[in-house]
Amino acid sequence: MPGKLKAKIVAGRHLPVMDRASDLTDAFVEVKFGNTTFKTDVYPKSLNPQWNSGWFKFEVDDEDLQDEPLQITVLDHDTYSANDAIGKVYIDIDPLLCSEAATVISGWLPIYDTIHGIRGEINVLVKVDLFNDLNRFRQSSCGVKFFCTTSIPRCYRAVMVHGFVEELVVNEDPEYQWIDRIRTPRASNEARQRLISLMSGELQRKIGLKVLEMGGNAVVGYLQCFDLEGESGIVVRAIGTACTLEKLTNPPSNAQHTANSSPSKDIRESPAACVSGCRSSHSSPVHGAASRLAQGFSVSYPTLLFSGMGSGGSAGKEAGPLKTLLRQQTQTALEQREFPFFTLSSFPPGFLSHVGGVVSARSVKLLDRIHNPALGSSRSYKLLDWNSGTADEPETRDAWWEELRQEIKSHAKALGCHAVVGYSESTSICEEVCILSAAGTAAVLNCRFLQESCQDTLTEHRLSRQLPLFPSGSDKVEFDLGSSASLGCEDLAPPGCGFCHIPYDELNMPFPAQLSYCCCCRRAKVPDVLFTTIDLPTEATITGKGCLIQARLCRLKKKGQGEANATCISSLLPFMEYELHTQLLNKLKLRGMNALFGLRIQISVGENMLVGLASATGVYLSALPSPGGIQIAGKNPGDLSYEQHVSNMQRKINDTITKNRDIYQINPPEVVEEVIGSPIPEPRQRSRLFRSQSESSDELSELDLSHGKKDAFVLEIDDTDAVEDIHCLLTDAPTPPGFFSCNTEIMPGIHNWTSGLQMFTSVRVFRLSNANLTNQGLNKIFNELCENLLKSLYFKLRSMVPCCLCHLNFAVAVPEDELIQVAVTAVAMSFHKDQIQDSNKSGEDRTAMKVITEDQLQFPMELSAETTPAQLLSAAKNSGPSDCSTSGLARAPSVDYSSFADRCSTWIEQLRLRAHTIRRGSIKTTSSLERGSPLPDGRSRSLRSTRSFHGSSVAVVKMTPLSFIPGAKIIKYLGIINMFFIRETTSLREEGGVSGFLHTFIAEVFAMVRAHVAALGGNAVVSYSMKECVFMENPNKNQAQCLINVSGDAVIFTRETDLETSSTQLQAANPQSNEDTPA
Amino acid sequence: MSVELEVFVGNNTMMDEDVYQLWLDGYAVNDAVRLRMEAGELRDCDVSTDVVLSDTMDQFRTFQMCEKLLHSPSKLANQLLFQIPPQKQAMMIERYYQFDRPFAREVLGKKLSKGMKKDLDDISSKTGILVKSCRRQFDNFKRVFKVVEELQGPLVDNVQRHFLVSDSLAKDYAAIVFFANSRFETGKRKLQYLSFQDFAFCAGQLISYWTVGAVDKMMEDIDVDLEKEFLHNLKDLKVLINNKDMLDQHKSLVCAQLRGRIKVFSEMDANFKNLSRALVNIAANLTHNKDVRDLFIDLVEKFIEPCKSDKWPVGDLRLFLTHYTSTAHMLETFRYKPIWDRYMGVIKSCVLKMYHD
Repeated sequence: MPGKLKAKIVAGRHLPVMDRASDLTDAFVEVKFGNTTFKTDVYPKSLNPQWNSGWFKFEVDDEDLQDEPLQITVLDHDTYSANDAIGKVYIDIDPLLCSEAATVISGWLPIYDTIHGIRGEINVLVKVDLFNDLNRFRQSSCGVKFFCTTSIPRCYRAVMVHGFVEELVVNEDPEYQWIDRIRTPRASNEARQRLISLMSGELQRKIGLKVLEMGGNAVVGYLQCFDLEGESGIVVRAIGTACTLEKLTNPPSNAQHTANSSPSKDIRESPAACVSGCRSSHSSPVHGAASRLAQGFSVSYPTLLFSGMGSGGSAGKEAGPLKTLLRQQTQTALEQREFPFFTLSSFPPGFLSHVGGVVSARSVKLLDRIHNPALGSSRSYKLLDWNSGTADEPETRDAWWEELRQEIKSHAKALGCHAVVGYSESTSICEEVCILSAAGTAAVLNCRFLQESCQDTLTEHRLSRQLPLFPSGSDKVEFDLGSSASLGCEDLAPPGCGFCHIPYDELNMPFPAQLSYCCCCRRAKVPDVLFTTIDLPTEATITGKGCLIQARLCRLKKKGQGEANATCISSLLPFMEYELHTQLLNKLKLRGMNALFGLRIQISVGENMLVGLASATGVYLSALPSPGGIQIAGKNPGDLSYEQHVSNMQRKINDTITKNRDIYQINPPEVVEEVIGSPIPEPRQRSRLFRSQSESSDELSELDLSHGKKDAFVLEIDDTDAVEDIHCLLTDAPTPPGFFSCNTEIMPGIHNWTSGLQMFTSVRVFRLSNANLTNQGLNKIFNELCENLLKSLYFKLRSMVPCCLCHLNFAVAVPEDELIQVAVTAVAMSFHKDQIQDSNKSGEDRTAMKVITEDQLQFPMELSAETTPAQLLSAAKNSGPSDCSTSGLARAPSVDYSSFADRCSTWIEQLRLRAHTIRRGSIKTTSSLERGSPLPDGRSRSLRSTRSFHGSSVAVVKMTPLSFIPGAKIIKYLGIINMFFIRETTSLREEGGVSGFLHTFIAEVFAMVRAHVAALGGNAVVSYSMKECVFMENPNKNQAQCLINVSGDAVIFTRETDLETSSTQLQAANPQSNEDTPA
Repeated sequence: MSVELEVFVGNNTMMDEDVYQLWLDGYAVNDAVRLRMEAGELRDCDVSTDVVLSDTMDQFRTFQMCEKLLHSPSKLANQLLFQIPPQKQAMMIERYYQFDRPFAREVLGKKLSKGMKKDLDDISSKTGILVKSCRRQFDNFKRVFKVVEELQGPLVDNVQRHFLVSDSLAKDYAAIVFFANSRFETGKRKLQYLSFQDFAFCAGQLISYWTVGAVDKMMEDIDVDLEKEFLHNLKDLKVLINNKDMLDQHKSLVCAQLRGRIKVFSEMDANFKNLSRALVNIAANLTHNKDVRDLFIDLVEKFIEPCKSDKWPVGDLRLFLTHYTSTAHMLETFRYKPIWDRYMGVIKSCVLKMYHD
C-alpha cells in the first residue's frame, strides 16, 4: 500500500559564496526520494534564498518509506559549467511513519558536505500521508516503534516483553569498488553515506517485521552497529528487545512519577505503575557470580571457564520446591525462543529474580575466508543488490553470530540461568581479522513478565500471595496467605537482595566460588562478588556510593597474516580476559566494594597489539559480604629488604582501602545514620533484628576493616609482572573532591540531581613512537592515557561540582600500527550537595507531607520489630493511587494517595521519612523533610526560569546518553535518531590539524543531531551514543577522514515545575532556554 | 610517544571567560598555559601542565571556530554549530569587540585601509599589546566602519544593531568610525597628550550637534559626515572679528561679565581679540576639508596653548567660554545667533575636555 510523502523547500540561510565574482550564490534545490527527483527554481544572487516552493509529492510504497531517506541537495546554478553541489541533507522519514511519534519535520537543517562540513542551513517541511495496510504479506513494518533506551521508556508501560530480535544486512562497500578509482572522494563518501542510510532503513524494517510476527509493537534497547569489513563489504547489524508497549494515559499517576526528581527511581517507576502489586522475588537458595568466557577461532570454540574469586564453598540451605516449579515454568516460556536474550539493562522491579553473573563469548574470524561468489562474479555497482547477488553473505555472518549466541546461551545455562539480560554484541576488525564479542548477564527472570500480560497479573496476584518469610525463625510475622492459582510462580524474598541470590545449585556449582548467607535476609546464599552488565536494579540496597572501575591491558603480538594471525589472537584472548578480570577484582577490593554493574569489556585488535579495556561501576551491595582486603605475599620470605618492600606495599594497600571506604562512604553503620548514602537503610536494622537467631557469626566482623582475615585476597608477588600489577592498582588517581563517576545510567547513592547537565565527547589518539616496547611499557602508557583523559575531564567540568560523570562510555581502537584511540562519551550532571535546600517548598506541601508522615507512622512502628522497612515500603509503594484500597496486605495503611499524588514527591521520600521515624523512635519528623526530600530547590528553579533569554532563535536541544533528564518528564518519544556521517579533508593543516578537523566534525555532528531533533519538534535526545568513530589520517598527504555514527531517541520533555503550574503544556514544542548548563 | 590528537566537545559549548580573554589578548597557546598556571585560578585543583594545555587548546580551537561568526554577531544567535546560552553569546560578542584604548588612540583618525600591517607592528611594540590582538582590534574597526559607513540613521544605533554590542561600546565605535571617516588629525606631537576618551567625547559632541542627523532625526542621511550647509554658514561668523565695532563691543560685554570673577582677568583682557579671532577663524575655515581634519590641532595650537601659557584654570576657562558665547546674543547687529550657538556649544565642551591642567 502506498503512502504519500510531501516535502516543501522554504528557504536557505548562511549559504557559502559560490560565485567569487559577485560574492553570492545562485542556489536551487533538488529533492530526491527513491528514483524521483524534483527541483526548485533558481533563487539568484543570494546567500539567504527564499524558495517557498510548493509541495513536492512522492507516491511510494511504505516499504520504500522505511528504507529510503529523503535526499535534499542544494546546488549552485552555473550557466556555463556543471552545477556545483553545495551540500546535502538526508532526512530519515521513519519517525513520521508511526502515529505516536512525530507528525511533521519542519525546521532549519544544516546543509552538509563531506569535504566542507556544514555549509549553511535549509528550512524544509516534510509530511507523510500513510494509508492503512492490511496486507498480511506486506514487507513493511510501519508503526513499530524503535527505542535506543535500554529500559522501558517513560510514558510507556510494557504489556509484554517478547524477547530478542536480530537482523543483519550486508553490501559491498562503495569505497572498495572499482569505480572508486575514477570518482571523486566526495562522490565516494556520499555513496557510502547514502548506502548506510539505506541499509539501516532496511534493517530497521526487517526487524520491525520480526517484531510484528512476534505480536509486539516496539523494539526497546535497539542497538545497531556497522562493521566496515573493507574488501568484503559493509555489515549493518542490529539487536533489540521486542515488546508490546502501551502508552500511559492516566495523568494522575504520571503526575506522581513526575514529582519524583530522583530519576533512578523514576525510571522503574513508570513500569511499576502497571505492575505494582506483583513485586516479588524468590526465596530460593544461594547462587554465585561467575564470569565465563569463551573464545573461539574458526569452527571450534575452546571454552574457558573461570571465576576470579578465592576458593571455598559452604553448605546450602533448603532449596524450595517452589523454585524448581518456577524454574520449570519460566524455562518453558523462555525455551520457546531461540535466544532468551534481552538487550535491556534496567527492568521493572521484580523482573529479575536472580542474577548469575557475566557471560561472554568471543570468536576470531577471518574475513577473507568468506565464500563470497557475488564479489567474484559481478562487480556491478548497485545499491540494493544484496537481496539477489550477495544473498549468501548475510548467512555467513548470521551463522557466526548464531554460534556466539549459542555459546552465550549454554554459559547461562551452566550458571543455572535461563535468560541473558543486558546483552550486547560488538566487533573489532583489523585488516582481515575480526573479533566478534557477545556479552550479557545470566539471569533468572520472573516468568510473569514474559508471557502473560502484566495487566492480568496485576489483578490476579495483587500482593495477595506471600510466603512465610523466615521459615527458620521463631518470631515471624504472619502474613496473609491469599489464594492464588499460580502460587508456584513466585515467592517473596526481601526485595533488596533477591536478585543477588545465586540461581544455580550450590552442590553442583559450575565453578569454585565462595558462598555465604545473604546479609539482608540471611536465608539464601550469595556469592562474595557479583559481576553484571546491567544497571543496578532499583530495588537493590547498596551501602555508600559507587565509582567507576577500569581494567586496562595491552598485549603485543607479532604481525601476522591470515590464519596464523587469527590463531595467535585467539590464543591471546583468554589470557587477556583473565587478566582484565583479575585487575577488576583487585581494584574492586581496593575500593572496598563487592559488585560490578554495567561491565563492558572491549578487546580491540591492531596489527601488532591487542588492547583490552574493561569498565564497570563498582558498588557495595548490602546483601553481599564485605570484601576481604588484599594481602600481599612475597615469594622468598628470607630476604629482609624484600620483606620490608612487601610490608610497605601492604601498608599502602591497606591505607588505600581505608581511604576509599571513606570516600565512597562504605561504612555501613554510619550509613544508617545518613539517609543520603542509602535510601533504604535497613541492613543494620536487619542485622540487629536477627542477631539473636542468626546462625551466621560474622555479621559485625564483616564490616571490619581488618584485612588480615583468612578470606583476604592474596596477591603473590613472585615476578616482576605481579609487581607491575600492584603498582598499576595503586596508580589509579582518585577522583577529585566533588566528583563521582560511573558507567551506569546513574550513580548509585546520588538522587538529588539538578537540571545542570553537559553531554560531551572526548577523543584522544596516542602515537607510540618507540617500536620495541614491552608489554609492561605498553600497559603503562595505556593506563596513563586513560587516567589523563579522566583527569582532563574532571578539570574541564570543574565548574559543575558537585557533579557526577554518568554513563562514561570508553571506546578503544587501534586504528593504525602505532596508534591507540580512546573515545569517551558521557554526561556530567550536577547534584545538590546538601538536601537541605529542599526545605523551602511551599508550606502547603509541608503540611501535606506532615499529615502523611503521621498517618503512616503507625504501621511501621507496629511492624518494625518483625519486618523490614523496605518491605513496608514496597507495600506502600504497591498500594499506588489506584489500588490501595484493594491491597491484600491486611495491615496496609489506607492513605488516600491520590490526594497528594502531585505534590508528594515519591515513595522514596516517604520511605526516608519513615526510616527516620523508625530510627529515632520519634513521631516528630518534620525536620526530616528537609533532609529527606530529593526534590531540588523549587524556588530557585522557578527564579531561574523567569530570566530566560529570548534573544536566541535557535531552540535549545539537550543531549544525554541516559534514558532520562533529571528534574524533567519525558512526555513524548518522537522516534529514533540514527545518523551516519563521513567527513574528509585534503587540507588538514589549514583546518587546524587532526585535532581541529575532528573537533569541527564532532561539533557538526552534534549540531546536525540537534537540528533534526528540533525539526521533529523535540527538545532533547536521550540514550544518545556515539557508536562509531573511525578516524584515519595521512599527515604527509595533508589528508584525514573520519566516520561517525550516532544514535538516540528524540523526545519532548517538560520541566516538573512547568507541569506543576500548568499541566496543559504537554504539547509545548518550544523548549525552555533557561535550563542551560553552566558551560 | 606523543598525543596525536586531543579533543573535547560538549553539547553546550564550554568556555572559560579567563581563557577567552587570553585568546583575545593574542597569546599563543603555550604562553596562555603558562599564565593560567601562574594565575591563582588553578591553585586549588591539582592539575598538570598537560591537562591545562589540552584544555587551553580545546578552548582556543573553539574560539577560532567561533571567530567567523563573531564577525557578523547576528549570525551567532541563529547558527546551529555551537549551542551557547544567549547571555554567554552576549559576553563573547562584547569581549570580542572590546578594544584597548591605547591602541584605539593610535589608530584614531587614520585611514582604515590595508596599508596598516607595518603600522600594527609599530603600534604593538609601542603599546605592548600583542600583534595578534592589534590585528583583531584593527579588523574590528575596519569591519564596523565598512558596515556602518553607508548606512543611514544614527551612527550609534547602527553599530548597536549590527554588532549587538553594549551602548557604551557602540558609542566608542561611533567615535572611531567618525574619526576615520573625517580623517581628523590626531597624531601630531602636540596632540599626544590627549587620550582616546578625550577624542571619543569630542566625536560624540560633533556627531550630536554638527551632523545632519543632529538637526533632523527624520532626515534620511548619513550620520557620519558633518553637515555641509552648516559648515558653509560658519563663514558668516567672520563678522565677529572683521567688524571692529562688534569685536570691541563683544569684548567689553565679556569683560563686564567676568570682571572680578576670574583670576586671569588681565590676561583675558589682553588676549581677548586673539582668542576670539582664533575661534572664529577656525569656524570660518571649516569649509575646507583640510581644515576640518586639523580642527583639533588648531584648537590646541590657537586657543588651548595660549590659555595654558597664561595658566588659566579650567573654571575660568569655562566661565569665559560661557560668557563669550552668550554675550554675542547682545550684539545688536549680529544675525547668526543659531549658527553661533551650534558652533560654540560643541567648541566649548571640546575645549574644556581637551584642556588638561
